[in-house]
Amino acid sequence: MGITVNDVEYVAKLAKLTISEEEMDGYIKKLSSILDYMQQLQEIDTTGVQPTTHVLPLENVFRADEVRPCLPREKVLTNAPDTEDGYFKVPKIL
Amino acid sequence: MTEFQTVVGLEFHAELKTNTKIFCSCPTTFAGEPNTHVCPVCLGLPGVLPVLNKRAVELAMKAGLALNCQISPFSKFDRKNYFYPDLPKAYQVTQYPLPICKSGYITVPDADGNEKKIRINRIHLEEDAGKLVHSGESISTSNYSLPDYNRAAVPLIEIVSEPDMASADEAKAFGDKLKLILEYAGVSDVKMEQGSLRCDVNISLMPKGSDKLGTKVEIKNLNSFRAMYRAIQFEEDRQRRMIEKGEKLIQETRTWDEGSGRTLSMRSKENDHDYRYFPEPDLVPTVITPEWIEAVRSELPELPDTREQRLKEECGLSDYDCAQIVDTPALAFFFDEVAKLFPDTKIIANWLLGDVSRLMNSAEKEYEQVPIVAEDLVYLLDQAKSGAINNNSAKTVLEEMFTSGKMPAEIISERGFAQISDSAMLEDAVKAVIEANEKAAEDFRTGKQQAMGFLMGQIMKATKGQANPNLVKELLAKMLK
Amino acid sequence: MSIYDMTINELQQALTNKTFTSYELTKKYLERIAEIDPIIHAYITITADAALAAAKASDERRANGQLLSDLDGIPMALKDIFCTDGILTTCASKILANFVPPYNATCWQRLADAGAVLLGKCNLDEFAMGSSTENSAFFATRNPFDIERTPGGSSGGSAAAVSADLAAYTLGTDTGGSVRQPAHYCGVVGIKPTYGLISRFGIIPYASSLDQAGVFAKSVYDCATVLEVVSGHDERDSTSTPYPIGDYRGACRRDVKGMKIGMPNEFFEEGIDPRTIEIVNKAAEKFAAAGAEIIEVSLPHTKYALPAYYILACAEASSNLARYDGVRYGVRVDKPSLEEIFCATRSAGFGDEVKRRILLGTYALSSGYYDAYYNKTLQVRTLIKEDYDRVFASGIDCLLTPVTPGPAFKLGEMLDDPLTMYMTDICTVPINIAGLASLVVPFADIEGLPVGVQLIGAPFSEEKLFTAASAVEVPRRLPPDILEQAAEKGVER
Ligand SMILES: [Mg+2]
Ligand SMILES: [Zn+2]
Repeated sequence: MGITVNDVEYVAKLAKLTISEEEMDGYIKKLSSILDYMQQLQEIDTTGVQPTTHVLPLENVFRADEVRPCLPREKVLTNAPDTEDGYFKVPKIL
Repeated sequence: MTEFQTVVGLEFHAELKTNTKIFCSCPTTFAGEPNTHVCPVCLGLPGVLPVLNKRAVELAMKAGLALNCQISPFSKFDRKNYFYPDLPKAYQVTQYPLPICKSGYITVPDADGNEKKIRINRIHLEEDAGKLVHSGESISTSNYSLPDYNRAAVPLIEIVSEPDMASADEAKAFGDKLKLILEYAGVSDVKMEQGSLRCDVNISLMPKGSDKLGTKVEIKNLNSFRAMYRAIQFEEDRQRRMIEKGEKLIQETRTWDEGSGRTLSMRSKENDHDYRYFPEPDLVPTVITPEWIEAVRSELPELPDTREQRLKEECGLSDYDCAQIVDTPALAFFFDEVAKLFPDTKIIANWLLGDVSRLMNSAEKEYEQVPIVAEDLVYLLDQAKSGAINNNSAKTVLEEMFTSGKMPAEIISERGFAQISDSAMLEDAVKAVIEANEKAAEDFRTGKQQAMGFLMGQIMKATKGQANPNLVKELLAKMLK
Repeated sequence: MSIYDMTINELQQALTNKTFTSYELTKKYLERIAEIDPIIHAYITITADAALAAAKASDERRANGQLLSDLDGIPMALKDIFCTDGILTTCASKILANFVPPYNATCWQRLADAGAVLLGKCNLDEFAMGSSTENSAFFATRNPFDIERTPGGSSGGSAAAVSADLAAYTLGTDTGGSVRQPAHYCGVVGIKPTYGLISRFGIIPYASSLDQAGVFAKSVYDCATVLEVVSGHDERDSTSTPYPIGDYRGACRRDVKGMKIGMPNEFFEEGIDPRTIEIVNKAAEKFAAAGAEIIEVSLPHTKYALPAYYILACAEASSNLARYDGVRYGVRVDKPSLEEIFCATRSAGFGDEVKRRILLGTYALSSGYYDAYYNKTLQVRTLIKEDYDRVFASGIDCLLTPVTPGPAFKLGEMLDDPLTMYMTDICTVPINIAGLASLVVPFADIEGLPVGVQLIGAPFSEEKLFTAASAVEVPRRLPPDILEQAAEKGVER
């Protein structure tokens, strides 16, 4: 089950990661060996088995619709790389 | 030449009327100052976790019940992953395979005036994104953007219809009806201009009689039903021309440009829309019992269709009057309040649709802000009906109630509108008029009806119009017997 | 007895008897950190001033008879994955190298409210992804028992800090073994309680459905003492337990006699160092001698736990780590457009292992692969969990297994071979997949390197684990002198 350059480029694009040409080989090699290892899951017959998303059988955990204090704006923006007039700031999108 | 059939499906996003956001305790109220209604949770800071707002769940259930949906006994949340600066976690928490409501419908009139059922595929709960303020005219010309996360994680329901509409008219009728139902149900403010109701259109054409759907185009950025209507008509035309010219339509997202009255192709913001949905591990499933559904159902007010039917049957109002009342929920609720205290619904309808509406219009007010309370209007209607004041005076009183906010009794007494219904007081006036008009009195005795009118007029003149006409008639008859 | 070798209980007695104050104790720990940590590298951030102030405040409370808890005045540390209000929290990543959270993780808040004295924030594999603490963006941590070896990971800094007496106890997190494996490598007690016992609020997530905070301590009883403070329901974490917490200290004093201890065959198969198996068997003999019943059991889906773990963990991580985009916080790499900022920030900000797992997880969730990878794995998760449900339903109180195939490996030894490194988690990942409770207690050594045994219990059976662990606990073994090791091995401060 080989992962291709195209596969890696596709997921890298989805994940907003840039893989340089020099790095590509290393990624392909390591990802392939891991994916090969994961292939063994395919040998189990899981027909009709319910998927488990939560190990605890919890349901209906709710919060009351009551307002609590927000974070003061100076704290909101304190870690921001760039701000303007109380907004976060980013350059043009594309 | 081939005739084409238009196929339209609609998607609505309605903001739920909660006090707080869907997963944190920040207020949902509109804030002028950017980034002041945010906390670590809705900012997506590392390590913080969502906790579901119970009210948001109940409002979604309400919407589902109002739209004839099945409420799912088991629903859960999923993550929809994509990068955009208005999305703090780089994923939206939404519901994918297991939405809270499924399989509903509403009915609208079709082209022939018959009732047509438009199916609703699903309603799911999700969080809103933040807002981007762009430096330039539009997103494509701006040098930078300014994210404001006050709106981020405000609770939304997404309502997805089946592609059951065949025209812009049906789509508009569906939109109007849906908006009205959500407003009655108290689920959302449904203000398109403020963004609390948003609409996307899916539209394709297929040859008449075919059952194979054509290439679908999605239209976004519709901020009114008028825009939706025009966009559908534009697309019908554009797609038909392309097909006729033998050009290939592409499945794409287009945006409505109000200025040019056209739809324009939008650049895709995420390659292939591969959103990598998977179950949200930070939230647990929602299990809804029949008892819970009934408790929520009992909170629902009377919805537009049943209400219209009831007004027709119980109140004997005309179809036109009924529709007018039902189309404005605040008016309908006010009508109900008044009707509880005043039995003659025909009179109520006349007043509310007549003078009250006229005054509201000239004050440029919505019915939500009607400046009078039901009890005061009922007092006024009672006074007019019993004859304590006459109709013209009642209208003047209503006007003054609007402008001054005074109680009707106060206005009536200040203006001296109260009719003289005390026979002792009126007897003198009647006597004086008879004495001064012996000829007419004689004519009346001999049965000349015009004489009655003349004498009445004289008496009204003498009492400055405040004499109770019925009482005057009685007195005249008695004294001239 | 050295002040550093004292348990929490002993320290409390000494503080009560005025043998020394919390301020003096904290100062001693800070002195040792200054001396030893430049070799061990357990800490990313040392909060000396705040620690001394907290100690002083504790001394005042003690003088006024207003002690907050049995942890009041005791110096401790946190893995740098717990958000600390006003204190740098990096997750050992360049992308968060400047991040100062405006909130506390719930479990740290509970410790702070109990009077804990925070010495600093401990090193880890970046975003808890790794088994050696070599994936830290800043530096690798060394194993106090052999400074040329790894302390394990991802909570290697927290384990090494307790082992080398750089803190009385620490908190770590465990997604697939990240508390238990380093506890075992560093010769300390480590517990990964049941998923949901300790609130995850404020803990930077790696894989949300598997992550759970845990405790490192010098004794089983210390571990119980700390767990009682940090556990319990938190309204800010929807997946936190609604149940009341147990009497863990009381459980340490209970008799193991009559307990049924299972030994799953699948944990003793090829790939496990025979010397490790021998040690676990010795522990079984000790249990039997104390009156426990040893029963062979089978968990047939065990071998699928590791591949299942990597798919689940990487998929969740790919989503959890998407928010580091350079918009709201963290280190941004400036570029003319936002799209370029996203890519440049994330490519420069994340290390290789993190990127590898993000790519893997993105792949497993991407269109066309979801059913074959992710959903299939969720189904396998059900089968693994059912194995354990069956065993515990049959009356087994807890399971006894190895922690890892062997003792601590050499630094750098597995850096270029991620799959072999992943294999060291083979005995620990099934527990996270099934959401069970698990505790590692040091028991013996192989060529001077500590080896612990793993006890596994049903969800919320922590009391049983404490009873069993107390029965096999041996006196704490101290690492060889760190400075001598450094001199001998030519390691510079
Ligand atoms: Mg949506
Ligand atoms: Zn918030």
